[in-house]
Amino acid sequence: MNAGIPIQFFLILATLMFFVGVYGFLSRRNLITILMSLELVLNSVNINFMAFNRYLFPHKMEGMFFSLFIIAVVAAEAAVAIAIILNIYRRFTTINVEDVDEMKY
Amino acid sequence: MINFTYTVWILIIPFIMFIFLGLAGHKIGPKLSGLLGTGALAVITALSYITAYKYFFATPKAGDVFKAILAANTTWLQFTDKLHIDIGVLVDPISVMMLIVVTTVSFMVHIYSTGYMKGEKGYERYFAFLSLFSFSMLGLVVAPNIFQMYIFWELVGVSSYLLIGFYYEKPSAVAASKKAFIVTRFADLGFLIGILLLSFHTKTFDFITLTDPSGPAIAQAGGASFLGLSVITWSMIFVYLGGAGKSAMFPFHIWLPDAMEGPTPVSALIHAATMVVAGVYLVARMFPVYSLAAPVALKVVAYVGGFSSLFAAIIACTQTDIKRVLAYSTISQIGYMMLALGVSGYGGHEGLGYMASMFHLFTHALFKALLFLGAGAIIHAVHTNLMTEMGGLRKYLPITHLTFLIACLTIAGIPPFSGFFSKDEILAAAFQSNKILFAVEYAVAGLTAFYMFRLYFNIFWGKETQYQHTPHEAPFSMTIPLIILALGAVFAGWIPFNKLVTSDGQAFESSIEWGVAIPSILIGVLGIFVAMVMYRKENNIPERLAATFKNTYKLAYHKFYIDEFYLFVTKKIIFRYISEPIAWFDRHIIDGTMNSIATVTQVVSFRIRKFQSGQLQQYAFVFISGAVLLAVLMIYIWYW
Repeated sequence: MNAGIPIQFFLILATLMFFVGVYGFLSRRNLITILMSLELVLNSVNINFMAFNRYLFPHKMEGMFFSLFIIAVVAAEAAVAIAIILNIYRRFTTINVEDVDEMKY
Repeated sequence: MINFTYTVWILIIPFIMFIFLGLAGHKIGPKLSGLLGTGALAVITALSYITAYKYFFATPKAGDVFKAILAANTTWLQFTDKLHIDIGVLVDPISVMMLIVVTTVSFMVHIYSTGYMKGEKGYERYFAFLSLFSFSMLGLVVAPNIFQMYIFWELVGVSSYLLIGFYYEKPSAVAASKKAFIVTRFADLGFLIGILLLSFHTKTFDFITLTDPSGPAIAQAGGASFLGLSVITWSMIFVYLGGAGKSAMFPFHIWLPDAMEGPTPVSALIHAATMVVAGVYLVARMFPVYSLAAPVALKVVAYVGGFSSLFAAIIACTQTDIKRVLAYSTISQIGYMMLALGVSGYGGHEGLGYMASMFHLFTHALFKALLFLGAGAIIHAVHTNLMTEMGGLRKYLPITHLTFLIACLTIAGIPPFSGFFSKDEILAAAFQSNKILFAVEYAVAGLTAFYMFRLYFNIFWGKETQYQHTPHEAPFSMTIPLIILALGAVFAGWIPFNKLVTSDGQAFESSIEWGVAIPSILIGVLGIFVAMVMYRKENNIPERLAATFKNTYKLAYHKFYIDEFYLFVTKKIIFRYISEPIAWFDRHIIDGTMNSIATVTQVVSFRIRKFQSGQLQQYAFVFISGAVLLAVLMIYIWYW
């Protein structure tokens, strides 16, 4: 069905997404944006799973299950992260990650 | 056989009292503490007198001989089957005599202290320490083996240290207590070496076995030798070192005069009557071994004793602190006792010196305690130790004056006071065996009479001194012990020691040797007369004499610079050339290594702690860089 699209395309997309996520994670100062970058990283991994599953082991389901699993875990993680961010905001009245540096020498 | 097991209570009661007063003294208050301490002493004094009566008069003698009885004995420390240390009570003539001396003087001092120490800070502590001292001294005298004696020997050292340093806020008292402890401890090292040598070669600690004339110690007299002397001789010399330390004999005498920093009743009890004669007691206890197996060691005892007695008597003539004069007089009198032991033989009339030494120990304890307690009453009245600031006190202190005079006459050897009898026996014993020491003793007898009456006339006669407030006689609690001890000093001379306390337990006949006694009385009277001329009325003879013999006087006044010599040896030589390099090594090399390790760790941690910045993204960056680096490395390794 998708015979025309070679696997490299998926992998390049996933790599791009991954490094966009990493870049966002390292450069953004807003905690919410950092969380969003994290989602990008995780989703790039999902794409990889799906692509490899489809092209290398078409008769198996592990890759799909992993993706589903990651989606569920990411949802939970997002809920926890947002709760943490809310608490940080209550405490410091900011969500700038540079200002949240209590845990240092 | 009469049962003497109850004698263990003589040890247990003061020990319990020490614990009780030490722990609960401040709760029950000074009055009750003093009363309890004195009461306990009254009980053990009574027990001691009962023991003495039963031992000397009610126990059937084994064929004319007073046998040593082991009243109680229990194994205290079991190392192996053969090596064990026992604790017990030995009852024999000298231990019974010492029980009497120690408990009597201690009891008197307790009574006296209730008056003398009234209102002092630490009154309960004082009585607790007195109980500790009584316990340790009694444990020493009844010890049935040499190791128990050593244990209690150290305990008396500790209690002496605690009591000299009783006024621990006074730096001089602290220094004196340390000096006493260190000097005697140093000598005790010799004692310990002696014990180890002796017990190694004889395989026993027990006095009964050791001093048995046919026992292993004496049988081995001709055994292994070192530098020309047998092992037994060496060990007895080492044992004597310990005795010399406690008894303040010549090279170790320096602690005793300084020990006078303690309260005066303590000086009377510990540093005049009981603890300082422990050395004499030790030699007497081991006497058969000295006499039969180690005659060279016994000669050392005799000459050191003779030298110390002369040396201390000369110093005593120039001192002005009344307690120091008495301290030097104590050294001199103990020298007498040591000398008497040293010239004595074993058994029968040969053992005259032994009997004389014990006799003098007994009378000396009474009259020297009396002198010290009298000095305490004087100090109590005029608040100074210096006799130059006293004079004409006979009007103010009639009882003290009378008792002090009796004590002075006793120590000067004037009949019929007790000192005359015991001194005469010593002189007779010295006359029999050693003419040089005999001559020394005559000189010392004259000097003794002179310095005692110098003290007496300076205090009670001499110039009329204006006191800040009129001196008053001491309270009854202080005068009653003075009177009792004075009675003892007068009448103790009639006790037939030659029947009771002899070297082999057998009675022998002895009478006053008038040929020896009359010159000694004359010398004593001469000494008193000279002192009277010089000090009775204020005049300038003493100054003129001091100026004539300027150098000698200065030498004696500074105690022959012995203290300075010790200070020179310790400070200038040992401290500078041994201790200081060691201290430098410790401080710079050993401490330096440790300190540099610590410094390096600290500096490095300071440098790298900036990494812990709290910046989340920095951490993430490092982490990701690391991960990427690892990934690149893996690829590199896999494909090339």
